Amino acid sequence: MRQLNYTRADTTAQAIAAYGQAGEQARYIAGGTTLYDLMKLGVEQPLHLIDISDLRGNDRIDTTGDRLFFGACARMADVAENPVVRRDYPVLAESLSKAASQQLRNMASIGGNLMQRTRCPYFRNGAHGVFPCNKREPGSGCAAIGGIDRGQAVLGTSSACTAVSPGDWPVALTALDATIELAGPTGTRSVPIAEFYLLPGSTPQREFAIRPGEIVTGISVPKTPAGRRSTYHKVRDRESYAFALASAAVALTLERGTITTAHVALGGVGTRPWRARETEALLQGKRPTRDAALAAARAAFADARPGQHNGFKIELGARTVADAVVIAAGRTA
Amino acid sequence: MNQSEPTAFEITRRETLQVGAAAGAVSLIPEARANPPSVTPVSTTENGPTVPISARINGSSVLLQIDARASLLDMLRERLGLTGAKKGCDHGQCGACTVHLDGRRITSCLTMAAKVDGREIVTIEGIADGDTLHPMQQAFIDHDALQCGYCTPGQIMAAIACVKEGHATTRDQIREYMSGNICRCGAYVGIVAAIEDAAAKMRRA
Repeated sequence: MRQLNYTRADTTAQAIAAYGQAGEQARYIAGGTTLYDLMKLGVEQPLHLIDISDLRGNDRIDTTGDRLFFGACARMADVAENPVVRRDYPVLAESLSKAASQQLRNMASIGGNLMQRTRCPYFRNGAHGVFPCNKREPGSGCAAIGGIDRGQAVLGTSSACTAVSPGDWPVALTALDATIELAGPTGTRSVPIAEFYLLPGSTPQREFAIRPGEIVTGISVPKTPAGRRSTYHKVRDRESYAFALASAAVALTLERGTITTAHVALGGVGTRPWRARETEALLQGKRPTRDAALAAARAAFADARPGQHNGFKIELGARTVADAVVIAAGRTA
Repeated sequence: MNQSEPTAFEITRRETLQVGAAAGAVSLIPEARANPPSVTPVSTTENGPTVPISARINGSSVLLQIDARASLLDMLRERLGLTGAKKGCDHGQCGACTVHLDGRRITSCLTMAAKVDGREIVTIEGIADGDTLHPMQQAFIDHDALQCGYCTPGQIMAAIACVKEGHATTRDQIREYMSGNICRCGAYVGIVAAIEDAAAKMRRA
């Protein structure tokens, strides 16, 4: 690991000023569960760390208005355990409680979690790894394509990158149309989550629509009656503490047993949190039977492009969505 | 609790800067208590920019300068002689390094030492009451909840937190909330039984 300077900021303004002084070799660090991990692997090599994990007032969780608001410094465990979130938005609570371990959920911030980097083993192979990675070293090539690609994405891939977007929380937020609040050297702005995550295309090193020096300060989610009939369903290689092979965030409203609104997003299968608009449209007006849900779910994978070892994700992904629809529909509004 | 002011071995930030950023200093002053944990302060030469740390570890005030890159785990093991927390994967995946930071369980390998300035840490060395083991330690012995023992300090620290969080009410819940602690010997049956047993005793205490 390279030598570095460490500064702790008390306010967002202080942090942004410190970044301005330190320059582009600086990184903000919150919980550090991704960044420090990647520094140990040599994938990230910052010269300055600006600690933003305890910015004053930035861990606020507010469920009182017409939007849910989560301060970026709130820990994953705190949001997962929030009683209002658990009762009214189980999709959000479950996306956090089914992620990582309790130790990591106590450390990781919900703002930093938005920017978790991929678990692609070729990306994590290290600064001097023998395998090329366009995300780690632009232009070097992609060893995952044609390589051991069991965990790679089947949706949103490009000839430069097939790495899966690793998060669960971002998938749930995508289903519920969250907005990301940012603060930076030129002021504050809000970005819809659908625009926050970039497809890899020919620039897989660019993953987030965040500008140099910007900080995620909060996440807001419009309240919806679909929140109560919602779930985050996650299928993993082991039952707990693993990344998703396929996951689905589903939130529904029903009237007389028929789906009137459906929010569906997929994890574990896409290069970014994947909104399944086709599936949502097909679920509209249907009864939430598993067959109807499975037919609708398959539409999300119409454009899927499997590699050598990950074709199973197309069927697994569709079944995961179908199960999630049945689970969500079974909940009480 | 009686807060003692650290004096011995203390080196100020200015003095440290004067002797160069490479100098490291540690002071650890145990408070008056029945059986203070045995610690061996170690000075060392750091080869990068350092940060000052003032923290409370197992009830003792600690002052030291440490390389800004260091993990809390390395600080505990290499600088403070607290070798109970173990380095398993060093990537937050195995839980062997679990300690409590401000009362919450965390992996000390993925926590930068710089982050613990002004905070309170409890390690496996700090949970017994004198010669009386913590109920969780005793339960691990009673239920044969280990084979090689390498993961055990992390298991016990995670288990104590698991009970305090209210996540040890059923066997399924214990398994779920202990999933961040890997035991390669496969002593899971004993571990779950130990936590169930200790949880009941901790709730009564």
